[in-house]
Amino acid sequence: MNKIGKAKKIANVALRYIILILVGILMVYPLIWLFFSSFKPNEEIFGNIRLLPVNAVWNSYVEGWKGTGQFTFATFMINSFKMVVPTVALTILSSVVVAYGFARFRFPGHKILFALMISTLMLPNAVVVIPRYMLYNKLGWLDSYMPFYMPALFACYPFFIFMFIQFFRGLPKDLDEAACIDGCNTFEILVKIILPLSKPSIISATIFQFVWTWNDFFNSLIYISSVSKYPLALGLRMSLDTADAAMWNEIFAMAIVSVMPCVILFFLAQKYFVEGIATSGIKG
Amino acid sequence: MLGRRRKNSFNMYKRKQWMGLVYIMPWLIGFLVFQLSPLISSLWYSFTDYSALGEAEFIGLENYRNLFTIDPNFRKSLSVTLKYVFMTVPAKLIFALFIAMLLSMKLRAVNFFRTVYYIPSILGASVAIATLWRFLFMRDGLINDILEAFGLNSTIDWIGDPRFALATISLLAVWQFGSSMVLFLAGIKQIPQDLYEAACIDGASKVKQFFIITIPMLTPIVFFNLIMQMITAFQDFTAPFLITSGGPANETYLYGMLLYDNAFRFYKMGYACALSWVLFVIIIAFTLLLFRTSAKWVFYSEED
Repeated sequence: MNKIGKAKKIANVALRYIILILVGILMVYPLIWLFFSSFKPNEEIFGNIRLLPVNAVWNSYVEGWKGTGQFTFATFMINSFKMVVPTVALTILSSVVVAYGFARFRFPGHKILFALMISTLMLPNAVVVIPRYMLYNKLGWLDSYMPFYMPALFACYPFFIFMFIQFFRGLPKDLDEAACIDGCNTFEILVKIILPLSKPSIISATIFQFVWTWNDFFNSLIYISSVSKYPLALGLRMSLDTADAAMWNEIFAMAIVSVMPCVILFFLAQKYFVEGIATSGIKG
Repeated sequence: MLGRRRKNSFNMYKRKQWMGLVYIMPWLIGFLVFQLSPLISSLWYSFTDYSALGEAEFIGLENYRNLFTIDPNFRKSLSVTLKYVFMTVPAKLIFALFIAMLLSMKLRAVNFFRTVYYIPSILGASVAIATLWRFLFMRDGLINDILEAFGLNSTIDWIGDPRFALATISLLAVWQFGSSMVLFLAGIKQIPQDLYEAACIDGASKVKQFFIITIPMLTPIVFFNLIMQMITAFQDFTAPFLITSGGPANETYLYGMLLYDNAFRFYKMGYACALSWVLFVIIIAFTLLLFRTSAKWVFYSEED
């Protein structure tokens, strides 16, 4: 009986591993294929399932990087960083401050404002994007990164506010009080006590916002019009549209390059990333 | 002395409650300027003929009348979008739950698999992956090659065939099931183990335990995932825009594309605002429906 039970358990575990591995391969195979195909000549990309290239092409990254002539992928890469890094920094800054306000103070109107903030989680971007576009147009922000910076500065990402509120609520208030006795004002408490303890949630929010803004296509598409300001998403799409059939490996190579920063960031801090959604998670 | 200090510190936030308003001020301004006022003005514009070229003129319900009676794209797009949402969201959640169940067992490599399964969710929304998808599902793409290797001679053009194009787009969204999976995983871990032990004593099989314990205990997470994924799916844009351009025969012309075309290609801003409000009302209706029915199927344990 016991022996049978044990064998059954082993079979069960083995079955789970097999399914996990098979599904895992299914999940990442397209990405692996993309990587190896960036070294293949066209005729090897189509019509066979071989993963490794036979006649490897080694210059696809160098050639792809040259872009469409006038602008290289260096421009797009730099633009992406110019667009994403300040957006991420401003998002974290504003969300932390606002979350502190909601988490620790019971000011008049707290309940209703908190409810409003939470309800904006469900506000579809599609409904506000057109008037926002008009507003940015009036303010002269079109074709600049301001449409990314300003909503970040003014805490328009309720997801992160909520995430930080949840985290701050888990921090004991005794620490705040001890600091208060030591003569800290509330702002000093936030900076000296709460922030250092919030490192995990700050890291996970940073990665989230980095990846989302980095991959964002729709907003870049409508707000950025000059090629000299294109982030990678638009630059890649442009080379896709202008590419003649002779250089798919270059497109693939640049596709790999364009997602690399996200992949690196994810692997550097994947522990926080996954925990971040587990504790507060919302978006998908 | 000590007592007084203690009392002081105990009241520390109470004495400065108004300071909270100062801290939330950035959000309040952002909310008014970037969320509330656009929301209201989009409602106003939906009653005008505003285009990027001219002044906005009030035309009453004409946009709404046109959209329901004249515009063939609206009806097509709405039906395609509903199909897409009903396909994508349940498939994504079922898949996420399935994998979460597998990962919930104490296995050595759980963290590794969790990471691997999450990768598509990080990259999936990018232009790079949309490009990849186009190649995978082309007539002579990798998918057909793999089918052929298994002896299935497939010449299906997954992207160009009206029967399969929408499913191909939907699959890209399902592929990004990572965040739902992580939420389920966290939920499964919180289910008290003694429930299973009790069920075991009562002789319930593993399958039965899944349906009488795991599923009910996870319904709050299912509910949350359903709402958030639904709102996202209703607005999906990048994949159809880049992979199929809405075709073939408008079979993947999702609502997000309809909005984009009217607003930013034809510059019919007023009309696009009307479209966006119809979408908003539909999303609200579905959300309310879910909330209303939640009392019947979402289970909240008493401690909560």
